[in-house]
Amino acid sequence: MVCPHVARVYITTVIEGVSQLFSIGIDMGSVGTKAVIYNGEMIDKIVIPTGWSPKNAGTEVFNALLKRNNIKKEQVKKIITTGYGRSSLDFADKAVTEITCHAKGAFFLNENIRTVLDIGGQDSKVIALDEAGNVSDFLMNDKCAAGTGRFLQVMATLLEMDVEDFSAINSTVKPQKISSMCTVFAESEIISLLANGVEKESLALGILDSIANRAVSMLKRVGIHSEIGFTGGVSKSKNLVTLIEEKTGLNLYSHPDSQIAGALGAAIIGWNKINLGYIE
Amino acid sequence: MANYRELWESLGVDLKKHDELCAVLPEFFEEIYLSQNDRPENMNYFNFVVSEIHGYRIQELADHKEKGAKVVGTFCVYVPDEITFAGGGIGIGLCGGSDFWIPDGEKVLPRNTCPLIKASIGAKLGNTCPYFSSADLLVGETTCDGKKKAWEILGEYTPVHVMDLPQMKREKGKLHWMDEIKIYKDKIEELTGTEVTKENLEKSIKLINDKRRALQRLYNLRKEENLPISGKDALLITQIAFYDDPERFTEKVHALCDELEKRAAEGVSVFAEGTPRILVTGTPMAIPNWKMHHLIETSGGAVVCEETCTGVKYFQDLVNEDNETMEDQLRSLTDRYLNINCACFTPNDGRIDDIIRLYKEYKADGVIYYSLPFCSTYAIEYKKVKEALEKEGIPVIMIETDYSLQDAGQIKTRLEAFFEMLDAPEK
Ligand code: SF4
Ligand code: SF4
Repeated sequence: MVCPHVARVYITTVIEGVSQLFSIGIDMGSVGTKAVIYNGEMIDKIVIPTGWSPKNAGTEVFNALLKRNNIKKEQVKKIITTGYGRSSLDFADKAVTEITCHAKGAFFLNENIRTVLDIGGQDSKVIALDEAGNVSDFLMNDKCAAGTGRFLQVMATLLEMDVEDFSAINSTVKPQKISSMCTVFAESEIISLLANGVEKESLALGILDSIANRAVSMLKRVGIHSEIGFTGGVSKSKNLVTLIEEKTGLNLYSHPDSQIAGALGAAIIGWNKINLGYIE
Repeated sequence: MANYRELWESLGVDLKKHDELCAVLPEFFEEIYLSQNDRPENMNYFNFVVSEIHGYRIQELADHKEKGAKVVGTFCVYVPDEITFAGGGIGIGLCGGSDFWIPDGEKVLPRNTCPLIKASIGAKLGNTCPYFSSADLLVGETTCDGKKKAWEILGEYTPVHVMDLPQMKREKGKLHWMDEIKIYKDKIEELTGTEVTKENLEKSIKLINDKRRALQRLYNLRKEENLPISGKDALLITQIAFYDDPERFTEKVHALCDELEKRAAEGVSVFAEGTPRILVTGTPMAIPNWKMHHLIETSGGAVVCEETCTGVKYFQDLVNEDNETMEDQLRSLTDRYLNINCACFTPNDGRIDDIIRLYKEYKADGVIYYSLPFCSTYAIEYKKVKEALEKEGIPVIMIETDYSLQDAGQIKTRLEAFFEMLDAPEK
């Protein structure tokens, strides 16, 4: 294992001589496709909706990054894909799972991170990292929407609210307890609570609370070691962050670039491969 | 497959429904098995057995039955085949490993029942498994709650004998189990009209031990650095062991092992160098449940051993062959069978020791803990196993999944991530 500090110093010295080589990481998720171009540092990043074809979205972000930065294809020595569409790009060098990539990306953004909590559109996961930023354990929820972005989306639609509105809710509102974790059951529970005249706002907070509980129980199963990095689309919800922080008694670290952690991690893995190539 | 329709009809098989099953199985088998590279020549016998799964052996059983033999179906590796064979019966393992039987099972069982139980009951109730239809007696056992209650339902359709297995391995449990084996002996004698004697029991102990020795030889070859056989193929062989003719099976496994030994000497491997070696532990995988092994071996891993009932639990211990009296024989059987470490027992620390030992013996890189949904005993036991493995520095993940392929994509992601983790630079 090359220590990331050493690796970075090393890379810059190599780059001066060889000039202008890059790696690209492409994360084709169920909702968004993200890409990062990298050469020891993040040069540029891009996010677009995945739409119906991860392959098209992946190709589009790749071309856009090259064009925007005036970089030729030949200069990109490694292309690593990740995310659920990771096997769909035939011009990629290697597909790596989002678990490994998220861990790498999150560790790059903050080297003190030992636990990553990622709540994405389709799944949620907790990853434990060792001191070198390698995955030492992980947990992914099973084929069920409970506690994911999709759960939140379904519930928001039911309340006729935007997910963004959830963050604007005043903290004095009392959350209504939602007892069902399952999307289908929670849906009917909320409908009957609405019919009983429960305020939308307290239901919204109740929904966040149920997601937070789910997240905390996953964190506990893997074992919480601080600092905790919070990634994925849902990490933007301030109320949710506060709830999880209250329940764990620990701060959640959320980087402005956390959304692209997977793509960044993929790019870093690619870059390390180029780099190892020089050493060998 | 040759034409067995008359035979099936005589067994009361629902031909129309059964045709649906026969239509999907060959394709499924081809996709999972025949597509593998460098398969050993001697796998051909086992391919044949599967391709004729509801034919050749069923015909054989029918021929034996004609001559007066009785077929006994079992569902658990605690039921002593030796007694069955000694009394002139033929024992066959009868677990359901396909989604196909589940809807029929769900007609009488709650949906949140383990798929193994639902499929087994469904196969009987729907009359779509000629093995069930061939059996003169089914033998259940008091292992998990799901099975225990399922026997009562099964008993409404066909004769069932239930063996009362203790849940703890104390001296009194042993005495009790020995008593149960005696009751089972009486039951078999009553069914076949043949007395179980010291002589025929000695023969059957040897017969079943020989089968176990053959499987041990096969599994020893999986300890090789270069794997001469895939995990999928090895699993298939163990699954077939449950219902094939023991003598022929033993012979065929040895023929395969001769070939594999040559491979081992030449260093031939069916996997690329550096493929992570996986020990699978958990619930049984009844034929045709090849899902977990298939996902592992198409995601960049190789299964080197199964700490399951369709793995080493089935054959790792032999029955002592050196017995003075029949009482001694029965005691030897009791000792051998109660040495199996199933999660239905409390405590079950022996299983943890087994996992750690096998991990080392088979030079595994990681452990995959496989559990069927709604199997509380194995799911709950995960916590203790995980903690013990963590202490040993052995990486493990738990995958809970049924027979359907809906979650294949998600499982593949988790497996790949697990293999990436095993492959991390400093390891
Ligand atoms: S897992 Fe337990 S109950 Fe099931 S077959 Fe094996 S020993 Fe019997
Ligand atoms: S897998 Fe578990 S629940 Fe299913 S039959 Fe075996 S012990 Fe019972």
